[in-house]
Amino acid sequence: MRLEARDHVPEWLTFLVPILAIFFSLFVAATLLIIADAPPLESFYYLIKGAFGSKNAIAETGARATPLILTGLAAGIAFRAKFWNIGAEGQLYAGAIAVTVVGTGAINLPSTLMIPFLFLVGALAGAVAILPSVILKQLFKVDEVVTTLLMNFIIILFVSFVLDGPLKDPMSMGWPQAASIVDSGVLPQIMERTRLHFGFIVAIVTALMIWFILGKTTFGFKIRAVGYNSSAAYHSGHSVIKTMILVACISGGLAGLAGVTETAGLKGYLTLDLSPGFGYTGIAVAMLAALNPIGIVFSAIFLATIYVGADSMSRAMNVPTYLADVVVAVTVLSVLISLVLTQYKFYFKSNSK
Amino acid sequence: MIIDFFEILLNAGFWAATIRIACPLIFATLGELICERAGVLNLGIEGIMTAGAMVGWTAVYLGADLPTGILYAALVGALFGLLHANFTVHLGASQHVTGIGITLLASSLSYFAFRLILPSSTTPPKIEAFQPLQIPLLSDLPFFGPVLFQHTGFTYLAFLLVPLTMWLINKSPFGLAIKMAGENPMALEAQGINVLTIRTLAVMIGSAFMAIGGAYLTMSAFNAFYFGMINGRGWIAIALVIFASWKPKQALLGALLFAGLDAYQVRAQQLAGAFIPYQFFLMLPYVLSIFAMVIAAKKTRYPKALLIPFRRGERH
Amino acid sequence: MTKVSKKFGTLTANENISFSVSKGEILAVLGENGAGKTTLMNVIFGHYIPDSGTIALKGVRMRSGDTKAAIKSGIGMVHQHFTLAENLTVLENILIGRNPLWGWTLNTKAAEQKIMDISERFGLKIDPHARVLDLSVGEKQRLEILKTLYSNCDLVILDEPTASLTPQEVDNLFVTIQSMVKSGLSVILISHKLDEILKVSDRILVLRHGKVVADMARVKANKALLAELIVGRKIKRPIQKKAKFTSKVLDLNSINTSPTQGSPMGLKNIDLELRGGEIHGIAGVAGNGQRALCELIAGQIKPQSGNLAYKGVLVNSFNVKKFMAMGIAYIPEDRNIDGVIGDMSIQENSVLSELNNPKIATPRGFLLLKECVAYAKNICKKYDVRTQSLSQPARLLSGGNVQKLLIGRWLERNPNVIIACQPTRGLDEGAIAAVHSMLLNAKSDGRAILVVTEDLDELLLISDKVSVMYNGSLTAAKQAKKLEKREIGLMMTGSKIEETIR
Repeated sequence: MRLEARDHVPEWLTFLVPILAIFFSLFVAATLLIIADAPPLESFYYLIKGAFGSKNAIAETGARATPLILTGLAAGIAFRAKFWNIGAEGQLYAGAIAVTVVGTGAINLPSTLMIPFLFLVGALAGAVAILPSVILKQLFKVDEVVTTLLMNFIIILFVSFVLDGPLKDPMSMGWPQAASIVDSGVLPQIMERTRLHFGFIVAIVTALMIWFILGKTTFGFKIRAVGYNSSAAYHSGHSVIKTMILVACISGGLAGLAGVTETAGLKGYLTLDLSPGFGYTGIAVAMLAALNPIGIVFSAIFLATIYVGADSMSRAMNVPTYLADVVVAVTVLSVLISLVLTQYKFYFKSNSK
Repeated sequence: MIIDFFEILLNAGFWAATIRIACPLIFATLGELICERAGVLNLGIEGIMTAGAMVGWTAVYLGADLPTGILYAALVGALFGLLHANFTVHLGASQHVTGIGITLLASSLSYFAFRLILPSSTTPPKIEAFQPLQIPLLSDLPFFGPVLFQHTGFTYLAFLLVPLTMWLINKSPFGLAIKMAGENPMALEAQGINVLTIRTLAVMIGSAFMAIGGAYLTMSAFNAFYFGMINGRGWIAIALVIFASWKPKQALLGALLFAGLDAYQVRAQQLAGAFIPYQFFLMLPYVLSIFAMVIAAKKTRYPKALLIPFRRGERH
Repeated sequence: MTKVSKKFGTLTANENISFSVSKGEILAVLGENGAGKTTLMNVIFGHYIPDSGTIALKGVRMRSGDTKAAIKSGIGMVHQHFTLAENLTVLENILIGRNPLWGWTLNTKAAEQKIMDISERFGLKIDPHARVLDLSVGEKQRLEILKTLYSNCDLVILDEPTASLTPQEVDNLFVTIQSMVKSGLSVILISHKLDEILKVSDRILVLRHGKVVADMARVKANKALLAELIVGRKIKRPIQKKAKFTSKVLDLNSINTSPTQGSPMGLKNIDLELRGGEIHGIAGVAGNGQRALCELIAGQIKPQSGNLAYKGVLVNSFNVKKFMAMGIAYIPEDRNIDGVIGDMSIQENSVLSELNNPKIATPRGFLLLKECVAYAKNICKKYDVRTQSLSQPARLLSGGNVQKLLIGRWLERNPNVIIACQPTRGLDEGAIAAVHSMLLNAKSDGRAILVVTEDLDELLLISDKVSVMYNGSLTAAKQAKKLEKREIGLMMTGSKIEETIR
């Protein structure tokens, strides 16, 4: 079997990639459901119902999509420049810690100022969290995959530390959690009596901003140029190092924003289980959307649907909730297959030389 | 007070713990080393270790004997390795993304399967794990007895694997082919050896080692399977491979050094726990891994063909 | 005299080539780049299949296109670019493939013994346990030769073996070659260095434009004759427009760079003057430091010593952006790697270097998309870049169109200095003519142009002045009008121009 790169991938074929991927992952989900003794069609019904069946369900899906959009953007923009940021999880928590430090009473501003302030602080913290990795990469050529990953563990341990000590809420009766974000900093609900909060709007606006930056600014141009061919970019006078550092910081900042939405929007205070792997899921979100910012919004909503729906489906059908994680994982791999399928032509007979 | 910190080093328990903590790292590092020597970065290691931990334990829980459990774990590891190789070696997909995908898949499948088999358990059930072997005379030695000769068979397996891997890489024709695949695959192809096959086999063998490393945790170090029990050991192994310059003997040293620091920090916690929060001690392994990578980066001699997919018939 | 290798090849690179090599004979194959030498050798070795013709080794016809069969029947090839695994030892590089894959042992003892034997017989001193990375270029080559000898070859092909050797290593190599033929091997030596060929070969085969132009015994050959055969007598000279300005734009004085910067030999005491309205051509076989020179003038490398003055002012800091701002344009030789970004659209490639241009983007950094399209359209129209659509990825463009796009993009910046490195390599006739006229027009606009090329016809066609690059040094510039190709050929092969017979 031989592979030959296609000269030109037609537009429709590139749209096929996520569709193929989704179908394939649903197929795997169905298989697992059968193994788990749950009829697939009925299970999928509960899944959809759980994600969209009521106002509350839709709100939950939207709330779940919020951090996924942001971590998806974080992965997307970094991967575009070929900077493999696997540390979104830690950068998210960095943002969460930062808003807890400033937002639980230390500083008090009116809402209209407080909320943007918290977002800014969270983004900065996320950027700071990624800085060691990108500097090590530029200075010493240390692989960023492992360093960003290891930082996750370090940061999460740090969260555990601050929750035990400095930021522990004296009124939490022994539970390791931080004090609540002050009222002026809490992100308002956008759907009454649900958990859907302003962060969802922020996430979508951010996605639009990133789309704009990538497509319509010189900086976005540089990011793409450096990602596609850093040598040619260098020969045309662009500073590859500066671009990489900026991209990494933006990536970290986006993940930090996710920390803000979860702390100041969803939960209201910092806990150790603030993020059940949003950072890693963000990678799947980005891959499914082919690193396209607008696509990431839809991809995040899709994966949020899977997670939220799987919660209620697993209760109804007695299937482990980890099914959702399996679907996400399969999505990543099936995107890869679909990419190869669309970018290459297959030859099955081996030609003689 | 300071003396106490030095006294830790005199404690037999400390050294015994070092050896125990090193074992999963030895398996994992050797496994990743073999993959990378062939030119393939296997970022699925954390997931594969999880799968190995779960499969080995579950096999024993469902009635198999311990050695068979290890075998099942190895098999599952090799299967994930085959999947990884299919994407990266045969289809030329990104090794980074494939690896992350495999980690996510292997972990989530393991947790899913575990929950399927044991739906309701607040405390994880236990199995009869490997017991320390009693070696006549040697086990009863003062100090060296507990340190070296009261370990489980699984532990000795880890140490046996080091010379075995050394032989494989350095003295066997297959090992030479693996090395060539990672350095100059064209030279290998020119001799009529299929690069893709060699790389696939290397990844499968390496992944089997990784899975065995995970199984060690549930079958020897502990006797139950906890969620998240791998806890980053896979990623640390990746750093250790670079630190060891892709050499098995140095991998052993690296794993022991690392395990020693880990064992030390556990004990130091008890002494300094009042002053320094335990979380900072727990951070040490990860911080040290980053340091190890920085140190190694200066003198790094990556296998030349690492991360580069090989396409048949392509020439300079 | 029984070993024979006959060949009637016909690819467009090789036309009806027939020759033979006898046992114990050293045949030298000469020719310019593109004359077909490497293609011919690749056919013999099985990398390519000839359209017609046969190869016979020791009277037995060989299957075409089968490298493994070629190796088995006794042909060995030492390529110009080594096929060694740098991180492994000498022994490991030799042993690969020689033992059954599933065997238990590598038989290192026996192998070491055999290596020692070969070493002594042929004077190839080498340490089997040394890491290839630590070997000198000469030792690495010895290893490559050892590999072929280990396989008991009857015919060994050496492709430009002395390209990066020191004189001492060259002597050692020739000793080895002599002992090889004394043992009954045949050697085919591909080279462009006339001195060496005249020293060591028995017979000489000269290729030009894919055909055999001479097949002679060494005793009948001399340098002048060979140089003439290689480059041919005809020279195309165009009518050159008279230059408008001749002010000095760029002045390099005693520039030296270290061997780690861009070129394995480093630049040695380079003196070069570029004037506006003048094309300065630099000839030389690739690998003699041309790339380092270009990168230096483009601002990518900082010289270790010596100085560079631009319009009379000494330049102290070397970076690409600054040199671009000064008005220096660099058209790199690997246009697909360093020039265009294949996956970005033609439109995007057109403005790749213009992000600071107020016509393309606002000072705040917003792309003016309509203007970008207009800019791209302009370039494509003005410089005849043919494409179906501006939004196609650039890798779909033909080589000629890529080059026109690159040169056009630079010309739109109104540069004062243009460096063109191998500008017409791999292009068809039409594209070559287009590129030449672009450069000539730029010259009459008063720009200073540096053209580095291996194509002597091109060199003499468009240059006003010519120097030759050899081993990191640059010869003094001479008027192109007064030079014969033959002389340049000699200079490219290392002889001094004083030895030329006028």
